[in-house]
This record gives sequence, C-alpha cells and structure tokens, in this order.
Amino acid sequence: MNALARRRAQLGCEALEMALAGERVACDPAGVLYLAAENCLVVSDLHLEKGAAFARRGMFLPPYDTAATLSLLAACLDRYCPARVVCLGDSFHDVKGAALMPAGERASLRSLMAGRDWIWIAGNHDPEPPVGIGGETLAEVAIGALAFRHEPSAGRRRGEVSGHLHPVAQLAGRGSRRACFATDGERMILPSFGVTTGGLNVLDRAFHGLFDASRALACMIGHAGIYPVRFGALSAG
Amino acid sequence: MFLTVTARPTPLAPDSAPISLPEPFLRWFAGHGWAPRAHQLELLTKAEAGASVLLIAPTGAGKTLAGFLPALVDLHRRGRPKTGARPRGVHTLYVSPLKALATDIQRNLERPVAEIGLSVTLETRTGDTSQVRRQRQKLKPPDILLTTPEQLALLIAGKDAADFFSDLRYVVFDELHSLVTSKRGHLLALGLARLRKLRPELQTIGLSATVSEPAELCRWLVAQNQRTGDGITADADADAAAELKPEADLITVAGGARPDIQILDSEERVPWQGHTARYALPEIYAAIKAHRTTLLFVNTRSQAELLFQELWRINEETLPIALHHGSLDVGQRRKVEAAMAKNELRAVVATSTLDLGIDWGDVDLVIHVGAPKGASRLAQRIGRANHRMDEPSKAILVPANRFEVMECRAALDANYLGAQDTPPLRDGALDVLAQHVLGMAVAAPFRADDLYDEVTSAAPYAGLPRETFERIVEFVATGGYALKVYERYAKIRLTEDGTWRLTHPRFAQQYRMNAGTIIEAPMLEIRLVRRRTAAAIARGGRALGKIEEAFLETLSPGDTFLFAGEVLKFEGIFETTCLVTKAASEEPKVPYYGGSKFPLTTYLAKEVRAMLADPARWHALPDQVRDWLSIQKLKSVIPGPDDLLVETFPNAKLFHMVLYPFEGRLAHQTLGMLLTRRLERARAMPLGFVATDYAISIWGRRDMGAMIAKGSLPLDALFDEDMLGDDLESWMADSWLLKRTFRQCAVISGLIEKRHPGQEKTGRQVTVSTDLVYDVLRAHEPDHILMQATWADAATGLLDVARVSDLLARIKHHIVHVDLDQISPLAVPVMLEIGRESVVGEARDADLREAAKEAMIAMAMGEMAGE
Repeated sequence: MNALARRRAQLGCEALEMALAGERVACDPAGVLYLAAENCLVVSDLHLEKGAAFARRGMFLPPYDTAATLSLLAACLDRYCPARVVCLGDSFHDVKGAALMPAGERASLRSLMAGRDWIWIAGNHDPEPPVGIGGETLAEVAIGALAFRHEPSAGRRRGEVSGHLHPVAQLAGRGSRRACFATDGERMILPSFGVTTGGLNVLDRAFHGLFDASRALACMIGHAGIYPVRFGALSAG
Repeated sequence: MFLTVTARPTPLAPDSAPISLPEPFLRWFAGHGWAPRAHQLELLTKAEAGASVLLIAPTGAGKTLAGFLPALVDLHRRGRPKTGARPRGVHTLYVSPLKALATDIQRNLERPVAEIGLSVTLETRTGDTSQVRRQRQKLKPPDILLTTPEQLALLIAGKDAADFFSDLRYVVFDELHSLVTSKRGHLLALGLARLRKLRPELQTIGLSATVSEPAELCRWLVAQNQRTGDGITADADADAAAELKPEADLITVAGGARPDIQILDSEERVPWQGHTARYALPEIYAAIKAHRTTLLFVNTRSQAELLFQELWRINEETLPIALHHGSLDVGQRRKVEAAMAKNELRAVVATSTLDLGIDWGDVDLVIHVGAPKGASRLAQRIGRANHRMDEPSKAILVPANRFEVMECRAALDANYLGAQDTPPLRDGALDVLAQHVLGMAVAAPFRADDLYDEVTSAAPYAGLPRETFERIVEFVATGGYALKVYERYAKIRLTEDGTWRLTHPRFAQQYRMNAGTIIEAPMLEIRLVRRRTAAAIARGGRALGKIEEAFLETLSPGDTFLFAGEVLKFEGIFETTCLVTKAASEEPKVPYYGGSKFPLTTYLAKEVRAMLADPARWHALPDQVRDWLSIQKLKSVIPGPDDLLVETFPNAKLFHMVLYPFEGRLAHQTLGMLLTRRLERARAMPLGFVATDYAISIWGRRDMGAMIAKGSLPLDALFDEDMLGDDLESWMADSWLLKRTFRQCAVISGLIEKRHPGQEKTGRQVTVSTDLVYDVLRAHEPDHILMQATWADAATGLLDVARVSDLLARIKHHIVHVDLDQISPLAVPVMLEIGRESVVGEARDADLREAAKEAMIAMAMGEMAGE
C-alpha cells in the first residue's frame, strides 16, 4: 500500500491513551503525541526540505516531501487544535532548509503556526533556529512531569520524551516494519513524522539500556489503529 | 584453452579469398602441427576488408583466437613505434561480461603472442585493477586492453578519452549474446556509440554462442540511424532510418560433438523439497574420484558454500577441492584460477562467476547440482567440460528434489534438441541513458543535437523519441520535475554557446563513484581474526571476501554461519568491516541465502508440463519419482500439458488451495498476490500463500473446495484475464515489484547514489528509502520520467508479469479442479515450504491486534510502569 495513502487513512483512527511518568498522554496513530491536560501536541523528526537537502548534493529527490508532511501535520492540528506545539528536533533536514524553503511551503508552515505557542527543539540536523520561520528554539523544555528533547539521554531517565532514533518495530515471525512509539511507561521515543524518513528497529543496539526491558512496549502503528506490543514479541528484522 | 582446439587440421573454406596470414603466424601454426580453421581465416579476411563481423560458434571452436587474429595480424604489420613518436593509444579493446574472463583471456593470449614473437602489450582493466596501474595505463596505453562494460563507461567519461582511443581499430565483444540482454548491454551499446564517434573507422567483432535471432546482434555491432547529412527533413530521415538497418557480417560455425549427459540415478531417496542435494554427496564424491578434474556448478553462493563444506567433510583422501564464487576475496579467487590452470585441482565448486566461456585446465567432467533453470544455461555449462570440439563433453546432473528431476530430464532433452532460450532484446532503458548523459557531460560539454544523434546510433536506442531524450537531459540537469525548484542546484546547465556543461567538478567524481548498472546490496568486508580483542579489531585480519549487510544485520554476536568454506562465528561489525572468528562447531546456526535464484524459463516450464502430462515419458525418470507421480494419478489427477490443476483440501484446521502453473517462483508470487486479493473479495478469507518454482499454495479459513462446488467461487472468474487489468495495475503500483524496479532505476539513473564522495568511510549509508521516495513521487507526479522508466522496466523487463499473462490465456477453459480429503502427493513439496517462507495476504492489522492483546491486558490491569 502506498505509504502516503496509509498515513492519510490513519488520521482519523483512535489514539492509544496511557500513563507516561504519571502524566496522561495519547499516542495518535498519525504519529503525534497529545497531552490533553496541557492542550499540547508533540511531533518529532519532520525532516522538512529533505528533498531539497539532497538536491543540494546532486541527488534530485522529488520536491514534494515538505508539502506532503505539512498536509499530514495540518490534519493533526485540525483534530486536536493544540495551543502549543513542540517539534522534537530534526524539523528541517539540514541547516539551509528553513532559509531556502520555497515560498509556498513557507506560507503553509506559517499558517499552521499562527495563533499557537510553537517550540522548535534543536536537533542534530537543525541545531540553529530556523531562519525566517518564527517560533522559539530550545535545547530542551519541561512541561508538567515531562521533559522534551531531541536525542534520548543515555541510561534511564524518567519523564523524558525524545525523537531522533525513528523507532520502528516488527512482529516476530512475520509482518512488515511499522513505525512505533517506544516506551516503558517512564520515558518515550516518538516515531519520525516526515514522509520520507526511514526507521530504526527498536531492538537495535542504539536503543539498548534506554528502557526497562521487562516493561518496554512498541506502540505499533497499523492500518487502522495503534497497538502496544511487548519488545519480547518483536523481531530484530 | 583455445590453443588445444586447433589440434586437428581443418581444410580451408574452398571459396575463401587468398589469405593474408603473415609468415610468423603460419610458422607458429605449423610449428604446433596445426592449421588455421576456416572461420578464423574468414573472419580475418572480412576484417581486413574493413567489415564488422559477428562470429557464432559453439564452445571449443577456437572462437577467441578467431576474434583476436585480425588485431594480432594488424599489430604485427604496424610494427614498433618510431623512437620519439607520441605514445600510441589502445589498438584493440576487448570487452567481456566477467572480470575472470578478461583475466583468463589475457593468460591464454600471452602464450601465442610470445611464441609468434609479437611485440604486443596486453593488459586487463577491471574493478580489481589498482589505482596506480590504471593511472599508468592512461599514460602508456597497452596495445590490447581487456576490460568490462563498467570500465569502458569510466574510460569514455575521462577527459583524455579522445587521446586514449585515438588509435583504436577493433573492439571485440566476447559472449555478446549474454551482454546484450541486460541493462549492462544498454550501457555498453552507448559506450560503443561514443567510441564510434571518437574513431568513426573502428570495426567491431562480436563473439557469441548460438542465438535464435543473429540479425539483432549483427545490428547491435554497427551504427544505426546514420544521418546522410544532405539536408533532408527530419521526417524523411526517420523513414530512411526505419528502412535502413545496417548489420555486421555474420559467420556461423556448426555445433560440435553431442555432449554425454546423464542424470544422477541415485540409490538414495530424492528429497521432496530443498536445494542442497545433500543426499547425493557420496555419489558426487565417487564421481570426482573417478575423473581427473571436475567442475561442480550450483545456482547460488550459499549452495556453493554448503556443497563445498559437505564435500570436505567426506573428503577422506583429502583431494584438492576448491571453492570459487564472486564474493570471495580477489586474491583467493586468483589462487584458485591459477591452480586450476595448472591442473593442480581435482574439483572446483563454483557459481555463475565461472559460468561463461572460461576455459581452464583439463576438465573432464561437469557436475551440475540443482535445477539447471533453462536450456541455454545448461548448454553453456556443459560446454565447460572438455573443450575439444570433436569429443563429447561429459556431464552429470544432480537434481536436488523431485520436481528438479523432471526439470533436469526436460533440460536434457532440450539440450539434445539444441533449443535455445535467450531472452528477447528490449529497447534501451531510460535510467541507463540518464547515467550515460551525465557521463558524457563529465567527458566534455555536449550539444543536445549531437548527443541525440550519437545515442540513436546505438541499436537499443535507435527508436528513442527526441522528446524522451530531452526529458532525460532535464532529469540529469535538475531532476526533471514539473515543480521547478531545483534550478539553482543543477548538475548540468545549458550555456550560452549551446552546450550542456557540468556545473561543478564534484559531479564528475560522483559520476565515477556510481557508474555501472549492477545494483548490489550493500556489502561489508569480512575479516578473520583469532580473538575478539581491541588489538585484533584495529589490525583487521585476513580478508575473506564480502557479504550483504542485510544478512549480517540479522546476526547477533556468537551466531555461526558458513562463508568461504568455513563455519565462522560472528563477532560484530566495526565500521565497514565484519569481524569473525573460526567457530568450534561444524554446524552453522544461521542458514545463509537460500532458494533458487534463476526462474524456470518458459521453454523448460513447457517441457516439464508436457513430461508430467504424458505417463509414457515417465519411464525416463527414476523409480521413486515415477512412483510418486503414479500415486498422484491414483489419488488426484495428472493435469494435461495445457491444464491448470487446482487441488483443494483441508489441512491442520485450515483449507488449502494448491495450483501447479510451473511458471517459476517470481511469476507465482505475482499470481499468488493477485489471487489472494480476489479470494478476499469473494469472502474466502485467505490468510496467506507460499510460492515455489512449480506450485502455489494458498490457505484460508473457509473451505474453498466447497465454495467452488457450490458455485460461490467460480474458478473461471477467479482466473479471469482481467486480473491483469485493474487488479494488476492497482496492485502493481504499490507492490514490492514496482518498488524494487524503481529502486534499480533510481540508482542507475543517478537519482540516488550508491556511494557519495567523502561518505564511503561511514559504511552504512542508508540515506534515503527509495520506497518512500517512490510513494511521494507516485502521489505527486505519477508521470515523471523515472516512473515511466520504472513501468517500462516492469512491463517488458520483468518476465514474470508477461508470464502470468500468458498463463492466464493458456489456462482459460483448461482449469481442472479436484476436491480432496487430504493433501495430494504432488502438493507435498509446496506444503513443506509453508512456514519457511510465506507472504501474508493484504495488509490487515489482525496480527498486530493479536500481538497487542497481552500488553493491553497488562495495561488494563495496571501492571505497566507509571500506572
């Protein structure tokens, strides 16, 4: 199935509510996290202007990824109408992305931001504030009991919400790879939201030591819902 | 070796013109008690007269010497260069599909060159040639350069190409029949067009095995669509081109002695399925002992590894048995090749790297393990043994399972019939053209008009519309998107003087790193260390070869697997190297890369069906296979040659439908996917399917046999040809098939790089998922030129879809359904595959929902952290 068609189909599906370090959060199958108490929406690894970043190096990937990612994000904003949005870093694929963004895409992004408190967390792809876009750029932000940053910090850290790793999971034995929210109830790593971003299996070395293995869950995004699966039932691919 | 083939004097062709073979050559032939063969002299005569020539001859006919004779004679006449004269460019270019073949031909040419007393330099240039040596070759070109299509692409993209080839007279293409059918052949045809532009008077010599359409190869060798240049209109020009299809001269040599081929009639039980043929090992070993030198061919590298290891396990006499395949370290390969040439080995286990016309040593037996997958391949491989044309070659086929017994029998009959099964030539691929256009910009600025004329002089591109060419140039420049936002990043740009120029030298470097059409999975080097210590990691250790990254990623440290003939323990990946140690156990834990790689060819599939349908022919089969078919006849049905047998039966709480189209695994996977969709719509609740080369098994929750009997699942509708219309289109567009094709096109065309300057050290560089790029492109610009290239590939290049189409046409009104109480004998092989490899039907979340139950309950019960 076309990945974009699947992403659009997932937009209306029911979110999975759970407790994260004592806070109620909802993992939306669209790939965003919603904090109802704060009316805050969290999204990670948008990788806007990825096509253009590659074009700058001589690989002309289709220049349609930004529009596609923004239209999915717009649908999420319509659904939750959050007062505050936190983008967990790697919002632009490279440092030139924001400055050289075509006017049309820039206008759509600004219209999504209008009237909201918008926080850009700095990522490794976009360490500087996005030029000419607005919003506030921070290395980390705390909201309630939760702390939001781009890269997960080493070891176990209660209440941390991060991105960077693009978690995906695969059921043992069969099935395809699915984007997922990885969590053990203490911390969470969000899936990447950008339409041309790949994924890293949650059983990869990069995730070792981040979670309490006995409680770790991959909340896997299916075609019509989101499903929590214990790491023990997964395959390393 | 070709030197042996002239051992028997052959009379000259009576009508041949006086032969201009110079004295030292005549003396050399005479000194060995030989005479030149008629076709060797005929080719020389034609070449001396200025013609390009295609020589079609069976293995062992002295084809190679024939191909080089014109070059050697001309070089002899030319003599040494005057002192102080400018160094000469390459005189003769030899292009072979295989690195090993180029090396082998060099070895075989050096002796006559020395014995005749010619002052001729011979060098190879392949992917294995060192940088230093390549540089030296550019400064001081050899008289004869032996190379591969990829290296030619790089040479013509060099700034010095005009000098390098300024003295080029001949281009010799070996194994032309196998070169021209692929994208490599398209790239080579474009390279030849460029060589012709640099040296309009150059002549080509093609060497080929028997093919069904020699005229196609004859056209391939010479320029097509030659403009007359007298100012006629474009339309008239196109008309003239359509009529005028120049061809090279053709020389055909009749076949030699009939090969002596047997199918191993094993005392052991022939297995139901699998590809290892382990059951026959003692008999294979006995055959090796009974012969001087044996070549053992298998279809895949993993089979080669496995067979090699098993042979050594029973090698009580410690016979020198070696292993040769393309992933092994080049040093190791060379060692085996040298030992083979010196007749020091008793047997070599090999894959297709050894496949084409390499003549080594004194081979007196070829053993082919596994299904031969096509009569052409079989003929090639059997030709390997005993290169004396007048003596029969000796070969033993070892089928690995029962269906393969039938396939071997059919292939054997086909070989006697001399049937050929070369795939048809197709129009030049657009992704290859895109790569070439960039390469030509790297060489020098070009005018679109000139390059278009040059490109359409290559036979595969003779019919290329100008508009498509323009779109390809746009694609190379900025990606060719309707949304023009990449202008400022252009790789090539149309300048004021009317030429397209490279915008930055780094794109030249990028081109050189990515040229070629062979798409391989990312490979990591394997090094053997004693222990896993920091020092050992730093030092590295002995290189064993390369292996797919995707395979290594499935391993955990401590896992054991088979490679380079040894059981190795995986220690981990360090940067771009995979470190291994020797494993204590003899049993590898992880099987590596199974299955059969080559699909059953159409011709052979038909033969197998005909044999199955005709019990009178079963006497040629071994007893146990015959018994198996007899029981099938008793318990179910033996389908007619054009029938499709459909069996339904319950098995392990589920209901199965097994069909036997015999069209090869790829076609079956396509068909299985389409049928599953239809069965789902018919509410038969299919759960999955598995496909082999011979059959498909689909299983589900409802009794499909009963549904067919009741009329709620009409088979005619299920197999209706319109499956290939909307169903195929909608499924294809999102299928792995098209995505896989797109990936190839994206890499070959340069949209995605295999390697990026400065990035080679990081090793794992999965920068972008082509599947996701495909999805975005399909959603936003479905008519993009690369999508067109992908569809063209999928439609004509992927045999499987065409085969499904032929199959559906063939079985119309020929579907035979049998409802059974239990599994039939014929169904056993495919049923045994279930669980090893299965494709789940249309995506649904059932499996996810099931897997999530446990965690959902735990969450509901408040057992998760944080509750």
